[in-house]
Amino acid sequence: MTSNAPTLATTGKVRPHQTQNEALVFEKSSPGKRAYKLPPLDVPPVDSAALLGAAHRTTPGLLPELSEIEIIRHFTRLSTWNYAIDLGMYPLGSCTMKYNPRVNELVSRIEGLAEAHPYRPDSLAQGILEVIDLLQRCLIEITGMDAITLQPAAGAHGEFTGILLVRAWHQSQGNPRRKILIPDSAHGTNPATAAICGYTVENLKSNAEGGIDLEALTRQVDEETAALMLTNPSTIGVFESRIARIAEILHAKGALLYMDGANMNALVGKARPGDFGVDVMHLNLHKTFSTPHGGGGPGSGPVACKAFLEPFLPAPVLVQNQNGTKCWEYERPQSVGRVRAFYGNTGMFIRALAYILANGPDGLRQTTEDAVLNANYIRHKLEDLYELPYKTASMHEVVFSDKRQAALGVKTGDIAKRLIDYGFHPYTVSFPLIVHGALMIEPTESESLEELDLFIAAMRSIAREVEETPELVKTAPHSTRVSRLDEVQAARKPVLRWRPEQQQAP
Amino acid sequence: MRYLPKSPAEREQMLAEIGAASIDDLFAVIPAAYRLNRDLDVPRQHAESEIIDYFRAAADKNATGYASFLGAGAYRHYRPVIIDSLVQRGEFLTSYTPYQAEITQGTLQAIFEFQTMIAELTGMDVANASMYDGSTGAAEAAMMAARVTGRHQAVVASTVHPEYREVLATYAKHQGLPIGLAGYDAKTGCIDLAALEMAVTNETAAVLVQSPNFFGVVEDIPAIAAIAHAKGALLIVSIAEAVSLGIVRPPIEADIVSMEAQSFGVALSYGGPFCGVMACKEQYIRQMPGRLVGQTTDGSGYRGFVLTLATREQHIRREKATSNICTNQALVALMATIFLTVYGKEGIRELAEHNLAKAHYAAKALSQNQGTTQLFAGAPLFHEFVLQTEEAPAAWSKRLMDEKIVGGIELSRWYPELGNATLWCATEIITRAQIDTAAKVLAAAPVEA
Repeated sequence: MTSNAPTLATTGKVRPHQTQNEALVFEKSSPGKRAYKLPPLDVPPVDSAALLGAAHRTTPGLLPELSEIEIIRHFTRLSTWNYAIDLGMYPLGSCTMKYNPRVNELVSRIEGLAEAHPYRPDSLAQGILEVIDLLQRCLIEITGMDAITLQPAAGAHGEFTGILLVRAWHQSQGNPRRKILIPDSAHGTNPATAAICGYTVENLKSNAEGGIDLEALTRQVDEETAALMLTNPSTIGVFESRIARIAEILHAKGALLYMDGANMNALVGKARPGDFGVDVMHLNLHKTFSTPHGGGGPGSGPVACKAFLEPFLPAPVLVQNQNGTKCWEYERPQSVGRVRAFYGNTGMFIRALAYILANGPDGLRQTTEDAVLNANYIRHKLEDLYELPYKTASMHEVVFSDKRQAALGVKTGDIAKRLIDYGFHPYTVSFPLIVHGALMIEPTESESLEELDLFIAAMRSIAREVEETPELVKTAPHSTRVSRLDEVQAARKPVLRWRPEQQQAP
Repeated sequence: MRYLPKSPAEREQMLAEIGAASIDDLFAVIPAAYRLNRDLDVPRQHAESEIIDYFRAAADKNATGYASFLGAGAYRHYRPVIIDSLVQRGEFLTSYTPYQAEITQGTLQAIFEFQTMIAELTGMDVANASMYDGSTGAAEAAMMAARVTGRHQAVVASTVHPEYREVLATYAKHQGLPIGLAGYDAKTGCIDLAALEMAVTNETAAVLVQSPNFFGVVEDIPAIAAIAHAKGALLIVSIAEAVSLGIVRPPIEADIVSMEAQSFGVALSYGGPFCGVMACKEQYIRQMPGRLVGQTTDGSGYRGFVLTLATREQHIRREKATSNICTNQALVALMATIFLTVYGKEGIRELAEHNLAKAHYAAKALSQNQGTTQLFAGAPLFHEFVLQTEEAPAAWSKRLMDEKIVGGIELSRWYPELGNATLWCATEIITRAQIDTAAKVLAAAPVEA
């Protein structure tokens, strides 16, 4: 078998099918086509050139001109080139690609919620304010914290907000402090966040188990340490069982414990960060609380904190009037300031609350248990073929390394691409950085036993291919519309937009 | 639980295979003291029908059916139906960031089209895949200008959306980026060019203005650019009302454009999710934050798209990245792309003309009674305008609400010097009848004895 002979998977998940070609929308345009019709203007028309003078636009932007059916087909055809949770397991570690319930989409589009203007008077916004209030109370209960802001637009934005709270608190104690400790296993957003908050990043080396090295931590925490940014469970899917001791070491020097809540799907209903010493944390509603990833956003990154950090939350904060109605409080003298216009990604709040209502306390706990069960099942079924760099018990995800396969010249990225031919989205590749050649697999609770077994069969089949036909794996995928794309060319001579004179490629 | 695809027997079978006696074995690593041994105190499990009932009731409490003259950075435009039909396709909705290009060409090509449309509309060379919103985009643009110029001060017009300025202040505080404020001309509502010229120095990294500005007035971008560029500063133009670009000359003299694209088919949704986007001159690409999609080819020479220039980003550069942004607003950018495809080259102009006409009619109708005047009336405006009333806004807004109309927003919370002034917006949605009713109510101030 050679790399030129695309080989179909044999695990029963996929068969080839036709995909349609589709040019860029600009290449399909022709002048005079219309997909819109405005109602007749019921006020006198105006002479826009005269009214705007020099500010009048004389050259229109080159937007495409198509009819409605062509637009529907264009975007529908494009959509068929995407893999999606709706098509199958999406085992991206750290991303929590769980089912996105459709009722969430429906309720977020109810007119009275979807059409609410952010500056409408509070008296006309009591319904949405009650939704926000209930979500806030649920998230505070789930995290075991005391206060929350929903303003941040995504996880990294939540990190930014959380570290600003840390900084403002230290400042109120007389010294903002200088550095943030970040384990070498952390997400890239953690150090980037610390830097934009004006902190120096100090790397904390993981111990032999991939966890926090308590001795190193004790050595490195000093009076200039503002906080430790910790992901728990860690990026290798392991619960930091000495978390309370870690908090103690930090607190003894006046430093705070920040928790990256990316992996909260392993904890909801089973353990609460507020109970094990965390001072401030962010959540990702688009991970743990089922709001859709949408091809990269929108997300929502609420930040929950202990009571002593509450005065520093971004303004405005939702409060209750004496008569029981709710309103926004803007006068927050110690606030870190605003991190976003208006109040946050409200549409995502509605979806997250719908998810919590659909689950209830029993459903949330069962969800966490199933997520952890699925990861452990995969671990058990693959650990004979793939190297497990850390033997510690896995929570919601499992991280293998490509050590055995790399010895035969096949790397984690190749195995990931080959998974595509078997009908799966790849796992997370080459992260966390502390595992050389990492395969980071997070199945989430949304996978049935049948789908898990298909995935396991695919991974086992690929392990065999690595030994028997390594070229087949190294040149994968073989069944997609496009084969591996030339990323070097894309970066060396960036083409970031279509231009009219551009030649149409095949 | 209806979202969980496992039977009790399957759970038992899996536990047995793993060699765990019970599910608790898998959580034994959490010290007993921190295990939650009770139910979370959240609402009980709800049926789907109950969930819908709950949110319908909340929506009803929001008092629907009001005509609204609110704008100020969040605009109500008609949203073509096909936007929601297309973005609710699971292949778009439930897909991740397109890092695996071979199976995300749909998202990647759509973003490439979005980048092209934004570049065309703004007059910039390139645009990114989106930012959180207009406010954070403006803050990130100022930080980008500091990186490009190696300077560490910025001058911001006081006519930039006040909440955008607050967000900028939050970001700039820890970047060592002091912000100077340039005031506005009390007659025109435009930035005071003389004050701007005084404020900009050889240390200024960027001048940030908004056009149309917070008062709805179109700024003189070429004149502002000349002042910024004379001192080697970059010009950042923030655009809060994207539909204006159908009829207002794009800010081609700018170095960076930071735009809020909510007007392109995105629901108001009480302020989010919206869709920020940043565009710039070609030479600054490598300092731009956010994701970028580029065109390339595959092994067989077929055109394809990939995320590119990732060495700017946090997952590669960590603390040396241009920004910490990761998740952006991809699905909302897709809504904007579909909106712009529906309206197209002619439609976006026609739509903008309707907005212009409605606003001019409304400004005239609402300011015709004796106690009301239009401020900044001589300056070119798009679809927002400022009214000064003798009567306090609290009084007339109550009368308007009785007629199921929400009037303009009070400006004194941000501009105390403007007294009773209010900012009004009239998009293509508002009808002549609604404007006439509002004018009548506004004029009907009770006669003082």
